[in-house]
Amino acid sequence: MDEDRHHSHDHTEPPSDLELRVRSLESLMVEKGLVDPEALDALIDIYEHKVGPRNGAKVVAKAWADPEFKQWLLDEPTAAIVSLGYTGRQGEHMKVVENTPKVHNLVVCTLCSCYPWTVLGLPPVWYKSAPYRSRAVIDPRGMLEEFGTEVSKDIELRVWDSTSEMRYLVLPERPPGAEGWSQEQLEQLVTRNSMIGVERARSPSELEG
Amino acid sequence: MNGGHDLGGMHGLGPTHPEPETEEPVFHAEWERRVFALTVAAGFLGKWTIDQSRHARERQHPADYLKHTYYENWLAGLETLLVETGLIDEDELHSGQTTRRFREEDDIRVLKAEAVAVTLAKGGPVTMDLPLEPKFAAGDGVRVCNLNPTGHTRAPRYARGKLGVVEIDHGVHVFADKNAHGTREGQHLYGVRFTARELWGGEACKRDVVHIDLWDDHLEPA
Repeated sequence: MDEDRHHSHDHTEPPSDLELRVRSLESLMVEKGLVDPEALDALIDIYEHKVGPRNGAKVVAKAWADPEFKQWLLDEPTAAIVSLGYTGRQGEHMKVVENTPKVHNLVVCTLCSCYPWTVLGLPPVWYKSAPYRSRAVIDPRGMLEEFGTEVSKDIELRVWDSTSEMRYLVLPERPPGAEGWSQEQLEQLVTRNSMIGVERARSPSELEG
Repeated sequence: MNGGHDLGGMHGLGPTHPEPETEEPVFHAEWERRVFALTVAAGFLGKWTIDQSRHARERQHPADYLKHTYYENWLAGLETLLVETGLIDEDELHSGQTTRRFREEDDIRVLKAEAVAVTLAKGGPVTMDLPLEPKFAAGDGVRVCNLNPTGHTRAPRYARGKLGVVEIDHGVHVFADKNAHGTREGQHLYGVRFTARELWGGEACKRDVVHIDLWDDHLEPA
């Protein structure tokens, strides 16, 4: 990832060609009056700090805690999600797919990187990567193993290829051992990966560990 | 188009190597932040659609598309669109210098900082309120047409010619394949279920399925 170099702000090393190309394009677009530099900072701030998978975790925890909300979420996902304040770009047309003891759901976009931004934020690198996009449809069980997730062969594995503007959110199974937990406590069991379907929700014992 | 982006079912691309969820930053470098924001902000200029934006990325040489990191592909797509729509010319792109500034009378709709939150929250729904009869209904058997357009399509290669069953009619959505080429047309969009065995053969797990969203023009009765 070359992270250290890119993250360095003291500029002791010369910037890469890529960094120069981006800086040059940005200053050109600003100078031409095509973008407002403050709007760029606002966009980054929103997706780096405000819109992320904790939104989805709240949706899932509420569905676990409140059967009526869960039914609404499955029947009218966009409206139910909007009711919690998660609305807008890349969440306009939502579908929620429920994991059960007989069904495990997995979400991919083989053609690009479609992902439900309003509830999960921007996608992780692996979700956008060629290995995931190529294999999630042809070898989903092998792919899940890379995440340490085993799905028994008598469970139906449903892969959702996001080829339209429909956006898919997995409702993971509520793990045993969290009976009587508050919605806030339940939220801690909901990981981003469990809402994409590559992992299950955390168990209460993992939380203690 | 049968481009380097249409990856479903391809072999040899290696393991995924996911970063641990709790350790992965949203962006991995400052230039990624800037490319992300420039792309989203430029989208609001209204000079291209999200489908044109996807098509601009996938028109790269397949070797480049696969070699590039994600935001490098976004950058390449953005540069292509800026030049093709005439907002920036090749000389400006290469020199980084300009003498041509847009002003209000040029009808350039710039996303302002104070409008960002509201604009994102509004989103851009693609459903269309049109009285179009659906060609298919839930439960119908369908075959994905054997289409190989050189332009944009959202019918992935691995599904073409395959038999599936319509699970749901999502209503009339903007047809991405035409929207990518500047024509906003509505068609019914369906969630179609395919067995893994239909797509990949007898070695695939018997119970497994793949759901793909496809429009009227992608499907024929079966």
